[in-house]
Amino acid sequence: MSPVRLGAVLLTGFLLGCVIYGCSPTRVKAASLKPDGERHVAPDFALKDADGKTVRLSDYKGKVVLLDFWATYCGPCKIEIPWFMDFERKHKDQGFSVLGVSMDDDGWEAVKPFINDVGINYRVMVGNDTTAEKYGGIEALPTTFLIDRDGRIAAVHVGLASKSEIENGIEQLLQTPARASGNASRVSLPAEFVGAR
Amino acid sequence: MLAACLCLPSLWAQGNQYLTAEAPQKLVAKRGTSAEVKIAVSIQPGFHVNSNTPSDAYLIPLKLTWTPGGLESGEVVFPKPQMEKYEFSDKPLSVFTGEFSLTAKFKVPAGAEQGPGIMLGKLRYQACNNNSCFPPKTVEVRLSYQVQ
Repeated sequence: MSPVRLGAVLLTGFLLGCVIYGCSPTRVKAASLKPDGERHVAPDFALKDADGKTVRLSDYKGKVVLLDFWATYCGPCKIEIPWFMDFERKHKDQGFSVLGVSMDDDGWEAVKPFINDVGINYRVMVGNDTTAEKYGGIEALPTTFLIDRDGRIAAVHVGLASKSEIENGIEQLLQTPARASGNASRVSLPAEFVGAR
Repeated sequence: MLAACLCLPSLWAQGNQYLTAEAPQKLVAKRGTSAEVKIAVSIQPGFHVNSNTPSDAYLIPLKLTWTPGGLESGEVVFPKPQMEKYEFSDKPLSVFTGEFSLTAKFKVPAGAEQGPGIMLGKLRYQACNNNSCFPPKTVEVRLSYQVQ
């Protein structure tokens, strides 16, 4: 291939890349967000937080939500929790919230001391099998869902994830305005649909 | 049909076991004596379970309990735990991996009924791999015995 032809091919590739991914150096990497057409509605739930107040996912419509299934006995979860506290601090004024759903069998007896020890700054609820089943049966902890402003699951991370990858996803979702109206449905999704397995 | 499909992943998840415990050999003992059995335990490759003495108060220990029966259950002897370092932990954790044995001790009451019987045990464990943890699970241990 001649140098001129090679240059033309490279330039075409670069321009194509710009069209698809954008050329701005400040653009956030798309990371592992699902394409718009592949996102399913995040099932709604109603769980009590540590203050006894009911938390419904549907109350967060219009916000970007990081939904974290975790447990106090889970070492990898304890690595991520300080990241999530950091995200909550940095992005809460941009329409972002972290919701933690503990899957501890011992419920608040185990979870409340942990919240106090760590100083968790976001809402934590105690989940149950019904909640887990709605999300395809949560087996591995942590499992983290990124939910877009339209209440749809935009990304799923099973196991200890990369902090930068999650944050890139959050920033990308925060830049996208809500597009639809309507309520999050209460259907349960198989794991394959939510992408948890 | 749809409901059955939606339930499948969860049922599958509950069916996963990361630890198996072999049924111990039949215990034969005389009334008024002590006896012990070895229980062979195997952990799936790539996984670990917390030892009976975990490194952190939040961790769930490996624990064997027996339903009251014809024998009096006593001490359970665990092997020396391994101290392993994982990606998600700053310090080594007290765990079991691979294959090992537990020893369960019993006393045969002086007034125990002669003949065969079964003791049912529950081995509770909590498993993790290098980047995920899994809810605590229980496997049943079935001990056949003969009191002479």
